[in-house]
Amino acid sequence: MIEIKDLNVDYFGSSALENVNLEIPFGHTVGIIGPNGAGKSTLIKALLEVIKKRTGSVRVEGRDISEYKRKIAYVPQKNDIDLTFPITVKDTVLTGTYPNLRIFQRPGKKERERAEECMAMVDISDLANKQISNLSGGQLQRVFIARALAQGANVFFLDEPFVGIDMVSEKIIVNLLKHLREEGKTILVVHHDLHEVEEYFDKIIILNKKLIAFGDVKDTFTTGNIRAAYGASLGNVIIKGAGGAEYD
Amino acid sequence: MINVMSDLFNIPVYALNAGLSAIILGIVSGALGSFIVLRKMSLMGDALSHAVLPGVALSYILGINILLGASLFGLLAAILIQFITSRSTIKSDTSIGIILSSFFALGIVLITFAKSGLDLTHILFGNILAVPQSELTQSFIIMLVVIAIIVLLYKELLISSFDPVVAKAYGLKTGFYHYLLMMLLSVVTVSSLSQVGIVLVIAMLVIPAATSYLWTHTLIHMIVLASAVGAVSGIVGVYLSFGFNLPTSATIVLVGVSLFAVSFILSPKNNFLRKGLKQG
Repeated sequence: MIEIKDLNVDYFGSSALENVNLEIPFGHTVGIIGPNGAGKSTLIKALLEVIKKRTGSVRVEGRDISEYKRKIAYVPQKNDIDLTFPITVKDTVLTGTYPNLRIFQRPGKKERERAEECMAMVDISDLANKQISNLSGGQLQRVFIARALAQGANVFFLDEPFVGIDMVSEKIIVNLLKHLREEGKTILVVHHDLHEVEEYFDKIIILNKKLIAFGDVKDTFTTGNIRAAYGASLGNVIIKGAGGAEYD
Repeated sequence: MINVMSDLFNIPVYALNAGLSAIILGIVSGALGSFIVLRKMSLMGDALSHAVLPGVALSYILGINILLGASLFGLLAAILIQFITSRSTIKSDTSIGIILSSFFALGIVLITFAKSGLDLTHILFGNILAVPQSELTQSFIIMLVVIAIIVLLYKELLISSFDPVVAKAYGLKTGFYHYLLMMLLSVVTVSSLSQVGIVLVIAMLVIPAATSYLWTHTLIHMIVLASAVGAVSGIVGVYLSFGFNLPTSATIVLVGVSLFAVSFILSPKNNFLRKGLKQG
């Protein structure tokens, strides 16, 4: 379980997240949704201590998250990563094994094999020796997912993994996330829109600086909650039973 | 050993020292410069190399080891730049400008106190004809130490340069590696004082690394090629400056930048010939 207590985060002087309290049970695929600027990415970054919290504590399985970080794989937004860095696909995936290596220790045969397996899982083995700047958006996202897999983590944080990718890549990633869930992994995904919410996730966090709602998709993904989060910015939203959101 | 080599190749000792020290500087600054370039810290590198000046002056006045004084001021400058940026809305290039110039000014003032002992021109522009044996040995040791640190901490330096956010997320102390590189930078600046001087050391850090970047697809290749480009610039620069009686540090830099210009045009990665002119 991930326990978030009294989380307050400032961003350039103004408040980005206010009083977030959450208990996320393990073993689910959890979508984080909300309008632009709602603090979705900020939530993930604050949990991982990439940005500073003003107040609050985050505990995983009863311990402070800093003791658990090596077991959490983080896939940031694609444009957060320097794509001009001189590094090949296979070396990028290999960096996923770094959290499990000691200082001074270099990745060995075991780590290289692990990286190859992970590349195969997202079907990028043929790109192994390409430089990452030469890839399409979808291929790139698969590289970063493979890197996260190589870490052998229990918990995955993904920031907008479906933005700017092709349908083949989306399908591969969605199937992989399902597979991970079946293995009992916990997956948190920042999601950019209201489509596919019901298909991808079994729980959702609805956020707009404050926590609007958290729970099973079928109970939480409601017109009322979405209106509360998006306000007037979306016009009239009606969540239909099976079809997801529709807007006019 | 230098004397044996001097006899063997029939080159005067001072020329051999100059050549060797230029090669050593080329190797170490190419390797370290690769990280400076990839971490987008070229301006920061320039600031630190200037900021060691008061450290050099104080070490001389107080009679302490110059490496100690210089690293201290280099680190202090790095910390102050970070401090100004994080405690205000002033952008980092501005805080770099403030610290660079003020440390440099302080250094100039301190050097006048040291009076006759220190020659400002030599510190600023180098004086490769007067590289003493002890300094050559010191540069060689610094090179070995820098290479050893890069080899041992290669994985950490790679990930904190390539993807500092993910590195931080899994618990790597990225701040430590930042200041480690800043300290190495200060030390290398000191070891390069005799060869190129404070003003042009940034050229040795940035130009070979940028040249190498245009040809390589992995970090390790970039580091090795940058060191080679640095060494070649160094030795060719020294040779030309002796032959044509030119200022050595400036000649080394101009050789380096010629290699960069050729790479800029010919490198397949940059692809200038096919697309460059159209973009302009």
